[in-house]
Amino acid sequence: MNVLYFAWVRERIGIPKETVTTDAETVADLVAELRAREDRYDLAFSDLSALRVAVDQELTDFDASIKGAREVAFFPPMTGG
Amino acid sequence: MRIVVQDAPFDFGAEAEAFASGRHDMGAIVTFTGVVRDFGNGGLDAMEIEHYPGMTQKALEAIAAEAVTRWSLGDVLVIHRYGRMEPGEKIMMVATAAPHRKDAFEAAEYLMDYLKSRAPFWKKEHATTGETSWVAAKDEDEDALTRW
Repeated sequence: MNVLYFAWVRERIGIPKETVTTDAETVADLVAELRAREDRYDLAFSDLSALRVAVDQELTDFDASIKGAREVAFFPPMTGG
Repeated sequence: MRIVVQDAPFDFGAEAEAFASGRHDMGAIVTFTGVVRDFGNGGLDAMEIEHYPGMTQKALEAIAAEAVTRWSLGDVLVIHRYGRMEPGEKIMMVATAAPHRKDAFEAAEYLMDYLKSRAPFWKKEHATTGETSWVAAKDEDEDALTRW
Protein backbone atom coordinates (compact mmCIF):
# COMPACT_ATOMS: atom_id res chain seq x y z
CA MET A 1 0.00 0.00 0.00
CA ASN A 2 0.99 3.61 -0.37
CA VAL A 3 1.80 5.46 2.84
CA LEU A 4 1.70 9.25 2.64
CA TYR A 5 3.01 11.89 5.03
CA PHE A 6 2.05 15.55 5.16
CA ALA A 7 3.26 18.76 6.82
CA TRP A 8 5.71 18.23 9.72
CA VAL A 9 5.21 14.47 9.61
CA ARG A 10 6.56 14.54 6.04
CA GLU A 11 9.47 16.76 7.11
CA ARG A 12 10.33 14.61 10.13
CA ILE A 13 10.28 11.34 8.19
CA GLY A 14 11.94 12.98 5.21
CA ILE A 15 9.77 11.66 2.38
CA PRO A 16 6.24 12.46 1.16
CA LYS A 17 5.29 8.94 0.15
CA GLU A 18 6.46 5.35 0.15
CA THR A 19 5.21 1.92 -0.74
CA VAL A 20 4.94 -0.41 2.26
CA THR A 21 4.36 -4.14 2.21
CA THR A 22 2.70 -5.14 5.45
CA ASP A 23 0.44 -7.68 7.11
CA ALA A 24 -0.70 -5.08 9.63
CA GLU A 25 -4.41 -5.32 10.35
CA THR A 26 -4.97 -1.88 11.82
CA VAL A 27 -3.49 1.59 11.55
CA ALA A 28 -1.99 1.13 15.02
CA ASP A 29 -0.25 -2.10 13.88
CA LEU A 30 1.18 -0.26 10.88
CA VAL A 31 2.39 2.55 13.14
CA ALA A 32 4.13 0.01 15.38
CA GLU A 33 5.88 -1.51 12.34
CA LEU A 34 7.00 1.89 11.08
CA ARG A 35 8.24 2.98 14.53
CA ALA A 36 10.41 -0.12 14.78
CA ARG A 37 12.20 0.77 11.54
CA GLU A 38 14.23 3.86 12.37
CA ASP A 39 14.48 6.73 14.84
CA ARG A 40 12.95 9.25 12.44
CA TYR A 41 9.75 7.16 12.30
CA ASP A 42 9.80 6.53 16.03
CA LEU A 43 10.09 10.27 16.62
CA ALA A 44 7.36 11.22 14.14
CA PHE A 45 4.91 8.78 15.71
CA SER A 46 5.89 9.31 19.34
CA ASP A 47 2.70 11.22 20.21
CA LEU A 48 -0.33 9.82 18.39
CA SER A 49 -2.59 12.44 19.97
CA ALA A 50 -0.77 14.97 17.76
CA LEU A 51 -1.52 12.96 14.62
CA ARG A 52 -4.47 12.27 12.38
CA VAL A 53 -4.90 9.44 9.90
CA ALA A 54 -6.83 8.87 6.70
CA VAL A 55 -7.38 5.44 5.14
CA ASP A 56 -8.19 5.56 1.43
CA GLN A 57 -8.66 9.32 1.77
CA GLU A 58 -11.26 9.13 4.54
CA LEU A 59 -10.49 10.42 8.03
CA THR A 60 -10.53 7.63 10.58
CA ASP A 61 -8.82 6.61 13.83
CA PHE A 62 -5.85 4.48 14.80
CA ASP A 63 -8.01 1.44 15.56
CA ALA A 64 -9.32 1.34 11.99
CA SER A 65 -8.71 -1.70 9.82
CA ILE A 66 -6.36 -1.31 6.88
CA LYS A 67 -7.16 -4.69 5.35
CA GLY A 68 -7.35 -4.16 1.59
CA ALA A 69 -6.55 -0.46 1.91
CA ARG A 70 -4.63 1.14 -0.96
CA GLU A 71 -3.55 4.34 0.79
CA VAL A 72 -2.87 5.38 4.37
CA ALA A 73 -1.94 8.99 5.16
CA PHE A 74 -0.52 10.48 8.37
CA PHE A 75 -0.60 14.17 9.19
CA PRO A 76 -1.00 16.70 11.99
CA PRO A 77 -4.41 18.19 12.86
CA MET A 78 -5.61 20.16 9.86
CA THR A 79 -5.45 23.95 9.62
CA GLY A 80 -7.64 24.95 6.70
CA GLY A 81 -9.76 28.03 6.21
CA MET B 1 -22.71 23.32 -5.48
CA ARG B 2 -19.24 24.27 -6.69
CA ILE B 3 -16.03 23.25 -4.94
CA VAL B 4 -12.71 24.55 -6.26
CA VAL B 5 -9.19 23.75 -5.01
CA GLN B 6 -6.51 25.73 -6.83
CA ASP B 7 -3.14 27.40 -6.40
CA ALA B 8 -4.02 30.48 -8.46
CA PRO B 9 -5.56 33.60 -6.89
CA PHE B 10 -9.31 34.06 -7.34
CA ASP B 11 -11.34 37.22 -7.92
CA PHE B 12 -13.48 37.49 -4.79
CA GLY B 13 -15.69 40.25 -6.19
CA ALA B 14 -16.35 38.47 -9.46
CA GLU B 15 -17.00 35.16 -7.73
CA ALA B 16 -19.40 36.73 -5.23
CA GLU B 17 -21.24 38.62 -7.98
CA ALA B 18 -21.53 35.54 -10.19
CA PHE B 19 -22.74 33.48 -7.23
CA ALA B 20 -25.38 36.06 -6.26
CA SER B 21 -26.64 36.78 -9.78
CA GLY B 22 -29.69 35.36 -11.47
CA ARG B 23 -31.38 33.96 -8.39
CA HIS B 24 -35.03 34.79 -7.90
CA ASP B 25 -35.91 32.49 -5.02
CA MET B 26 -32.92 33.12 -2.73
CA GLY B 27 -33.42 36.05 -0.36
CA ALA B 28 -30.01 35.75 1.32
CA ILE B 29 -26.45 35.42 0.07
CA VAL B 30 -23.66 35.16 2.65
CA THR B 31 -20.00 35.29 1.68
CA PHE B 32 -16.89 34.86 3.79
CA THR B 33 -13.29 35.16 2.68
CA GLY B 34 -10.18 34.25 4.66
CA VAL B 35 -7.09 36.44 4.23
CA VAL B 36 -3.40 35.83 5.04
CA ARG B 37 -2.83 37.86 8.21
CA ASP B 38 0.53 39.33 9.14
CA PHE B 39 1.84 38.91 12.69
CA GLY B 40 1.11 42.61 13.24
CA ASN B 41 4.74 43.73 13.02
CA GLY B 42 5.36 43.07 9.35
CA GLY B 43 7.17 39.89 10.31
CA LEU B 44 5.33 37.47 8.05
CA ASP B 45 6.88 37.00 4.64
CA ALA B 46 4.45 34.39 3.35
CA MET B 47 2.02 31.63 4.21
CA GLU B 48 2.49 28.29 2.52
CA ILE B 49 -0.47 25.93 2.38
CA GLU B 50 0.04 22.23 1.77
CA HIS B 51 -2.87 19.95 0.97
CA TYR B 52 -3.67 16.33 0.23
CA PRO B 53 -4.47 16.12 -3.49
CA GLY B 54 -7.12 13.51 -4.04
CA MET B 55 -8.64 13.85 -0.60
CA THR B 56 -9.12 17.62 -0.44
CA GLN B 57 -11.81 17.90 -3.10
CA LYS B 58 -13.74 14.93 -1.71
CA ALA B 59 -13.53 16.20 1.88
CA LEU B 60 -14.80 19.65 0.88
CA GLU B 61 -17.62 18.13 -1.17
CA ALA B 62 -18.67 15.97 1.79
CA ILE B 63 -18.69 18.99 4.13
CA ALA B 64 -20.74 21.04 1.65
CA ALA B 65 -23.13 18.13 1.05
CA GLU B 66 -23.72 17.83 4.80
CA ALA B 67 -24.49 21.57 4.99
CA VAL B 68 -27.08 21.15 2.24
CA THR B 69 -28.83 18.41 4.23
CA ARG B 70 -28.88 20.50 7.44
CA TRP B 71 -30.07 23.86 6.11
CA SER B 72 -32.43 25.02 3.44
CA LEU B 73 -29.88 26.11 0.86
CA GLY B 74 -30.13 26.93 -2.81
CA ASP B 75 -26.42 26.75 -3.51
CA VAL B 76 -22.94 26.52 -1.96
CA LEU B 77 -19.57 27.73 -3.26
CA VAL B 78 -16.20 26.87 -1.71
CA ILE B 79 -12.89 28.05 -3.18
CA HIS B 80 -9.70 27.14 -1.30
CA ARG B 81 -6.17 27.86 -2.44
CA TYR B 82 -2.92 26.05 -1.72
CA GLY B 83 0.70 27.05 -2.29
CA ARG B 84 2.48 30.27 -1.32
CA MET B 85 0.56 33.43 -0.42
CA GLU B 86 1.63 36.80 0.91
CA PRO B 87 -0.08 38.85 3.64
CA GLY B 88 -3.29 40.35 2.31
CA GLU B 89 -3.87 37.61 -0.24
CA LYS B 90 -7.16 35.76 -0.07
CA ILE B 91 -6.78 32.13 0.95
CA MET B 92 -10.31 30.91 0.52
CA MET B 93 -13.97 31.86 0.31
CA VAL B 94 -17.33 30.30 0.98
CA ALA B 95 -20.69 31.53 -0.24
CA THR B 96 -24.14 30.27 0.63
CA ALA B 97 -27.49 31.09 -0.92
CA ALA B 98 -30.71 30.47 0.97
CA PRO B 99 -34.29 31.73 0.94
CA HIS B 100 -33.67 33.23 4.39
CA ARG B 101 -30.59 34.71 6.04
CA LYS B 102 -30.50 32.46 9.12
CA ASP B 103 -29.86 29.41 6.97
CA ALA B 104 -27.30 31.25 4.85
CA PHE B 105 -25.35 32.55 7.88
CA GLU B 106 -25.43 29.31 9.86
CA ALA B 107 -24.45 27.17 6.88
CA ALA B 108 -21.53 29.52 6.11
CA GLU B 109 -20.32 29.24 9.72
CA TYR B 110 -20.69 25.48 9.64
CA LEU B 111 -18.67 25.29 6.41
CA MET B 112 -15.93 27.44 7.95
CA ASP B 113 -15.79 25.45 11.19
CA TYR B 114 -15.54 22.16 9.35
CA LEU B 115 -13.10 23.15 6.68
CA LYS B 116 -10.79 24.59 9.33
CA SER B 117 -10.39 21.25 11.09
CA ARG B 118 -11.65 18.54 8.73
CA ALA B 119 -10.30 19.51 5.31
CA PRO B 120 -6.71 18.34 4.67
CA PHE B 121 -4.85 21.65 4.54
CA TRP B 122 -1.79 22.60 6.60
CA LYS B 123 -0.46 26.12 6.98
CA LYS B 124 3.20 26.98 7.34
CA GLU B 125 4.35 30.48 8.18
CA HIS B 126 7.53 31.89 6.65
CA ALA B 127 8.83 34.78 8.75
CA THR B 128 10.89 37.59 7.24
CA THR B 129 13.75 36.36 9.47
CA GLY B 130 13.82 33.15 7.44
CA GLU B 131 12.31 31.04 10.21
CA THR B 132 9.44 28.74 9.36
CA SER B 133 6.80 27.16 11.57
CA TRP B 134 3.73 25.01 11.05
CA VAL B 135 0.56 26.63 12.35
CA ALA B 136 -0.79 24.53 15.22
CA ALA B 137 -4.47 23.60 15.26
CA LYS B 138 -6.31 25.37 18.06
CA ASP B 139 -8.39 23.56 20.64
CA GLU B 140 -11.10 26.17 20.13
CA ASP B 141 -11.33 25.19 16.45
CA GLU B 142 -11.94 21.57 17.44
CA ASP B 143 -14.39 22.70 20.14
CA ALA B 144 -16.27 24.77 17.55
CA LEU B 145 -17.41 21.54 15.88
CA THR B 146 -19.29 20.37 18.96
CA ARG B 147 -21.91 23.10 18.59
CA TRP B 148 -23.15 21.55 15.36
